[in-house]
Amino acid sequence: MSKTLFASRGNLVGLLLLAVLLLVVFPLVFDIFRLNLVGKYLTYAFVALGLVLCWGNAGILSLGQGVFFGLGGYCMAMFLKLEASSPENTKIQSTPGIPDFMDWNQVTALPWFWEPFHSLSFSLVAVVVVPALFAFVIGLAMFKRRVGGVYFAIITQAIAAILTILIVGQQGYTGGINGITDLRTLKGWDIRTDHAKLILYFINGGLLLGALLLAQFVQQTKLGRLLVAMRDKEDRVRFSGYDVSSFRIFVFCFAAGLAAIGGAMFTLQVGFMSSSFIGIVPSIEMVIYCAVGGRSSLIGAVYGTLLINFGRSLLSESFPQLWQFAMGGLFIAIVMVFPDGLAGLYQTYAAPLIARRFRSGRGGGRIAAASTGSRVH
Amino acid sequence: MPTQNDFVLSVEDLAVSFDGFKAVDDLTFYVDKNEILVIIGPNGAGKTTVLDLICGRTKAIAGSIKFHGEELTAKTEHEIVRAGVGRKFQNPSIYETLTVFENLEISYPRGRSVFGALFFRTDAAVRERIAEVAEMIFLEDCLSMRAEYLSHGQKQWLEIGMLLIQDPDLLMLDEPVAGMSVGERVKTAELLNRIIRDRSVLVIEHDMKFVEDIAHKVIVLHQGKIISQGAMAKVKADPKVVEVYLGH
Ligand SMILES: Nc1ncnc2c1ncn2[C@@H]1O[C@H](COP(=O)(O)OP(=O)(O)OP(=O)(O)O)[C@@H](O)[C@H]1O
Ligand SMILES: [Mg+2]
Repeated sequence: MSKTLFASRGNLVGLLLLAVLLLVVFPLVFDIFRLNLVGKYLTYAFVALGLVLCWGNAGILSLGQGVFFGLGGYCMAMFLKLEASSPENTKIQSTPGIPDFMDWNQVTALPWFWEPFHSLSFSLVAVVVVPALFAFVIGLAMFKRRVGGVYFAIITQAIAAILTILIVGQQGYTGGINGITDLRTLKGWDIRTDHAKLILYFINGGLLLGALLLAQFVQQTKLGRLLVAMRDKEDRVRFSGYDVSSFRIFVFCFAAGLAAIGGAMFTLQVGFMSSSFIGIVPSIEMVIYCAVGGRSSLIGAVYGTLLINFGRSLLSESFPQLWQFAMGGLFIAIVMVFPDGLAGLYQTYAAPLIARRFRSGRGGGRIAAASTGSRVH
Repeated sequence: MPTQNDFVLSVEDLAVSFDGFKAVDDLTFYVDKNEILVIIGPNGAGKTTVLDLICGRTKAIAGSIKFHGEELTAKTEHEIVRAGVGRKFQNPSIYETLTVFENLEISYPRGRSVFGALFFRTDAAVRERIAEVAEMIFLEDCLSMRAEYLSHGQKQWLEIGMLLIQDPDLLMLDEPVAGMSVGERVKTAELLNRIIRDRSVLVIEHDMKFVEDIAHKVIVLHQGKIISQGAMAKVKADPKVVEVYLGH
């Protein structure tokens, strides 16, 4: 009992540290350009959080999470694009009032599925519901048939590839390879200003912490324990009267919903959405973020995402080619040497140290500073 | 002969084949209320396959399995469990990283749907039931121990406990005393005789001493077919049984 109490206190400390880092430290040390970049990285962390539950806990490796990130992002982008395409803004087009890329592609009326995205509330609901429904359909088709493991991973990858091709091919309806660009305002509020970017950063950070708490809640319920149990002893769970497939469908949808929120926040902060965030490569990168963080640690997933993306921006500024190799190498190293990622390293080296400090009655402030420092750089 | 609805379990003309090999062939038997039925037979006789068929893990190619008069062959595994059939695997199958308490808790038959599990709370009724079952399976002092540290015999008991907590009408145990010490076997026999009061038990076992201790009725399976059945004393004296199984 006392052990679980300590673990949850450790969790609380970890969560507070992360909150301070995201909501206080980063905004203080980074200028708005960098902060916006960090905000963009953090949108990927939503995907990594979902993967912790789906892959780390339930053992379902999806190599297509970019699909849900992208769908969430597109739902947001469609709303913003319609707002940016008011008849006044687009009066030079041959059909005013529709998005510019439609006009360029000789589309003369807004397609039916774009219509509801005039409404902000519809769009916000769609951000989560559309990807979750899509995940539900995939999950139903796969898990009811007991498709799992490598086969499932390959199928999700194929779905990512197909969706990319579809979006690129249907230029007139989707903006094609360029995506949906030139997004300007949200209900009249200009999202491109520095001030808006600052506010969006905080909204994103708050949502991420909320998502983390929600995922932590799920992990701690009976459902969370069942997910792990069915990863390790599928038959025992099934023959204890549980419908294994429905739990898998749930966690896959949950992960999709989280990824979608990340996608929508990406669109808002970066100002566009394109098919390049849906395909195979970004989907695999998202799995790497999760692996680096330690695949079953929620907090680790956030740090893993930040670490890789900071690493990328540092390395690729000076040696663009090197980055691809570094990332590949890092992934192999993680899998072979540190299967529990950053969270595992933290548990083995830092946690005992901190526990000792706590026991000897020192204040938490210095430890907090020391451990955030060692985890971020 | 009673009508089939009086039996807890009626298996009739059951057959299954793997790549043309008939693992279970035209099998018919019945399990009565409050009866301990033991299936014995040489390795590869098809004993485990019979349990697989009953609990829905393997689909039969012919025949019927009725549980309280209800056909099981068309049901999914979890529906069969919920109907009241519990099954222990040949190798103890428990959640090693969870404690004994958590193993029993996760098997508790409430909150079996996705949202039920999401909002499941371990209340006093659950705790009480866990304590009760833990005592039955001789593990009341090990509740906070991680299951991986239990002895092999204790793991077998834990798995039986995980079934008992669901209060099944039919309990199927595949080699429940394998790997147990003599003392543990005696206790297991005592356990089975105690739990029989409100249910039926179908046991697969190789240990003849144990079978003699518990069996109300014995079925001898050989190459997927029943070669003898009845009371233990009668079966033991059957020359066919001696030849294929007990003789060596
Ligand atoms: N899923 C399967 N696919 C192919 N063959 C199988 C399958 N399951 C069982 N068999 C075969 O069916 C036969 C019966 O196997 P079963 O496991 O039922 O034997 P058993 O009586 O339980 O033996 P033991 O005493 O060794 O546990 C064996 O020859 C086995 O190889
Ligand atoms: Mg067997």
